[in-house]
Amino acid sequence: MTTNEIHERLRAKFGEDVGPLSEPKVDPFCVVKAERIAEVARFLKDTPELQLDFCEDVAGVDQPKKNVIEVVYHLFSYQHRHGIVLKVEADRANPVVPTVETVWKAANWMEREVYDLLGVVFPGHSDLRRVLLPDDWQGHPLRKDWTEQGGYHGISNERENPLVELRRLDEKARAEAAALAPKPPPAPAAAPVPAPAPENKA
Amino acid sequence: MEKLILRKVPNASEEMLLNFGPQHPSTHGVINFLVDTDGEVMKKAIPDVGYLHRSIEKIAEQVGYAGFMPYTDRVDYVAAMFANEGWAIAVEKLLKIEVPPRAQYLRAIAGELCRIASHLVSTGTMATDIGATTPLVHALREREALNDLIEALCGARLTYNYHRIGGVAFDLPEGWSDRVLRYLDHFETLLVEWDRLISYNHIYVKRLANVAVIPREMAVDYGLVGPNLRGSGMDWDVRRDVPYGAYPDFKFDVPVGRGFKGVSGDAFDRYYVRVLEMRESAKIVRQALEKIPDGEITAKVPRKIKPEPGEVLSRVESARGEMAYYVVSDGTEKPWRVRIRTGSYLAMGIIEDVSRGLMVADLVALIASLDVVAPEIDR
Amino acid sequence: MNTPASVSPTPYAPKYTPKWLVGLTLAAAIGIPGAILGAILLLTPIVQPATLDAITREWLGQDPATWYWRPWLGAGMLALVAFVLVNFGAIFSGMCVWYERRVAGRMQSRIGPNRQGLGGFLVWIADAVKMLLKEDLVPADADALVFRSAPYFVLLGFALTLVVTPFGQSLIVADLNVGIMYITSITALVVVGVLLSGWASNSKWALFGGMRSAAQVISYEIPAGIAIFVPVLMAGTLSMQGIAAAQGGLPWEWFIFRNPAAFIAFFILFTAQLAESNRTPFDLPEAESELVAGYLSEFSGFRFALLMLAEYGNIWVLSVIGSILFLGGWQIPFVGNEVYANLRGTGVLPSAAWFGLQAVSMAVLVVKAAFLSNVIVWLRWTLPRIRVDQMMALSWKYLVPAAFGCFVVTLLWEIAAVEAPAISTITGYVLTAGALLLLVLFVRQIFRNIAAVQGDKLDLSNW
Repeated sequence: MTTNEIHERLRAKFGEDVGPLSEPKVDPFCVVKAERIAEVARFLKDTPELQLDFCEDVAGVDQPKKNVIEVVYHLFSYQHRHGIVLKVEADRANPVVPTVETVWKAANWMEREVYDLLGVVFPGHSDLRRVLLPDDWQGHPLRKDWTEQGGYHGISNERENPLVELRRLDEKARAEAAALAPKPPPAPAAAPVPAPAPENKA
Repeated sequence: MEKLILRKVPNASEEMLLNFGPQHPSTHGVINFLVDTDGEVMKKAIPDVGYLHRSIEKIAEQVGYAGFMPYTDRVDYVAAMFANEGWAIAVEKLLKIEVPPRAQYLRAIAGELCRIASHLVSTGTMATDIGATTPLVHALREREALNDLIEALCGARLTYNYHRIGGVAFDLPEGWSDRVLRYLDHFETLLVEWDRLISYNHIYVKRLANVAVIPREMAVDYGLVGPNLRGSGMDWDVRRDVPYGAYPDFKFDVPVGRGFKGVSGDAFDRYYVRVLEMRESAKIVRQALEKIPDGEITAKVPRKIKPEPGEVLSRVESARGEMAYYVVSDGTEKPWRVRIRTGSYLAMGIIEDVSRGLMVADLVALIASLDVVAPEIDR
Repeated sequence: MNTPASVSPTPYAPKYTPKWLVGLTLAAAIGIPGAILGAILLLTPIVQPATLDAITREWLGQDPATWYWRPWLGAGMLALVAFVLVNFGAIFSGMCVWYERRVAGRMQSRIGPNRQGLGGFLVWIADAVKMLLKEDLVPADADALVFRSAPYFVLLGFALTLVVTPFGQSLIVADLNVGIMYITSITALVVVGVLLSGWASNSKWALFGGMRSAAQVISYEIPAGIAIFVPVLMAGTLSMQGIAAAQGGLPWEWFIFRNPAAFIAFFILFTAQLAESNRTPFDLPEAESELVAGYLSEFSGFRFALLMLAEYGNIWVLSVIGSILFLGGWQIPFVGNEVYANLRGTGVLPSAAWFGLQAVSMAVLVVKAAFLSNVIVWLRWTLPRIRVDQMMALSWKYLVPAAFGCFVVTLLWEIAAVEAPAISTITGYVLTAGALLLLVLFVRQIFRNIAAVQGDKLDLSNW
């Protein structure tokens, strides 16, 4: 089936909770309401003609301009060789999206990563913990408005530009070498009194 | 969220909490496993990843489309050609440019040689984890020859940066085809010796057959890809089923694990599928070198790469499975979001459930047979 | 590692060791152990009580029964011999390490150490010196007394057996009449040492390794012990020299070929002893890729050196036991037992010809033991390791019944052989012929395998 046909079936079953197929910007997608995503996922997996059994990717995309965090599901079917892309838009201030882990176990770790890096909470998930970052990390780095926290347990994440540091060390070394070197011969203007001698002779 | 590291086991006089890693010879990379064991049998093994997290996806948002290519090498440095290729295909789809056929063939040749190199490392390290140290050295010796060949092609031995948006960077050097063909003649006879050395070794088979069985439905449900999926009996290969590049022109078999020495989906199947794949890759390289057309090696790409707003998912069949790049573009020179979904990451998700009731030695066999590399997991 | 020449456009020409250095290496490899073996050759006959009594009587003019210093003389000589034997153990360990590294290199299509010191030969001395110079580390929460003493149990388990292993026809420090039983029981001390090491290291990984090793060694004592009884039955004595004397020098007079059950018992013994000494394929206790040296992980410096010495020294003991019990030991072909007695003469010290003959018997034994050690080293670099439960199953379900079977068959065979000795001799010829045939096929298959890989060849020109 083509993506259009899958989309028709979804629309037929879920009506307005499934948005229209985006105009094909290379890959088309449709937006699904957050509350219905688990049922949509179950429907897509269990219907024999659709049988989207491979949850290829669950990605999070931060869209501050639209004030949402999108969770993008790429689904594929080994049997029928068709797929569809679903998007769920979660409110950026408090992103909550029901989990689809019960439908595809593959979503378990992928949703953990979306939680870890973007902060989307998936109620119903069996083990929602940080996966890539340490357990006591503050913040969600992949958000567009994330700033560096200035360090982690005393390890600073700021470092002077190495070129600046090298130049400073260089100048310090040069100053030390100059201090230790023998005094340069006095300049002629400061030379003491050879000038009166010719006058004496004269 | 509870601090996992300081967890205590509920029944401390009977069970033991072991840390398998992060520095350990047999976790492939820097990965930690928290293992609850009761003697030699494990209650469960929880993977603890993130030691190699370098925020590559966030860096992509800063360096732009062309600048991101060297970073993709580091996503999976054992089989870097595929990472490069995935990124190139994704951006080419966004830009809607067509890659010339000679470049497609060059990509296929480079990719398949890289696949052989990656599988050599994978099977060699698996043998070492099981205890036979010699096959690794033999595998690395063969890989050295491949590294020399690829170095002649693109100048680098590990992180190739060979692909470009729109094609490849370098053309075939003089006499390279003959060298490759001579190497393949030697390599194909070596695979017979390899089988004799380990694949048919009774102890090796006993360590791997019927161990850590992953049935097909479980493999599909957990999203395993590549040789892991094929080892569980699922006949799926992106090169053949969702073809891209020059692969429609090649004739090759896709080895599927139907229980070579034990049950379909055990560790031996996953291992042997990789050995057979090396043979198929050699076949593909031969066909490609024969049929390679003349022509350009890159397409015309604008100086500043600014695709139209949109998003795309590109798939390549990497040595570790299907690597998917999901790229969201907002019309500027830097991508809005790049997401790299790798096979090793999903393989981590299955370890906890498969490891119940296994022994510690089998955990090593399981991790080795899943062919995980830490950079792919952590990115 | 050499890239196959078919690939590089300009084959890289490495700098090989010159021939004279190879010769020097080999000379050192034969000379150094030869020197210590020579010391053993001279000392062990002298240290026997009868010889010491004769020396006291003839040369020192004292009555050995009443002389005050006679026990001190005995003790002093024994101390000297013990020192020489322990040195022999250390030198054999070092040589085995060198040999293993070279063989491992060759099997992995590389060369192994061939630069430092006499063409790579002195690497083991450098390793030993390095280990002695390392920091003496005891982990913070480890049980210090147990930690410090554990390696010595392992060392004892090895060193005490050297007193009873023969080096030649009369070159044995103490020919106990329960020789082989003594060896079996002393090697059990190693279990104690390994368990103590694992426990005292205060590390879960070390504990794992210690437990595994204890289970393994104890399980494999049984098939080893039963398999040892087969030559004991055939010889009628537990003494090591007695068992060797009951065989002959020619291959069909060895115990291994005189009885099909003995043939099988040899392999059972070999396997069981591999397991007892923690060598691959039974090296789970120190499985490098799982436990990162298991029960050895917390030891460093001198203690590690002791544990390694005991492990490699055990290879020698196993090889000697295997040679003596099954492969004819020090028996020289065509030289019967009475020749030694005739040559001895009646002087205080035996005659020079006797020493010469003893040296030949020592050479025969050393060659056989070296061959078995070689096989043990080969196995380490070829085979993967088996899992704990498979190892236990192998011992209890397969080796123990097989060993019992061999024992019973040997009992019946020996009873039959009393009536008709011809069956043993005929079996000797038949099995020797079979073994030779196997050897020829083995070598032929090797060359065939090399030829099957295109671009592969046997190249010993690079040392």
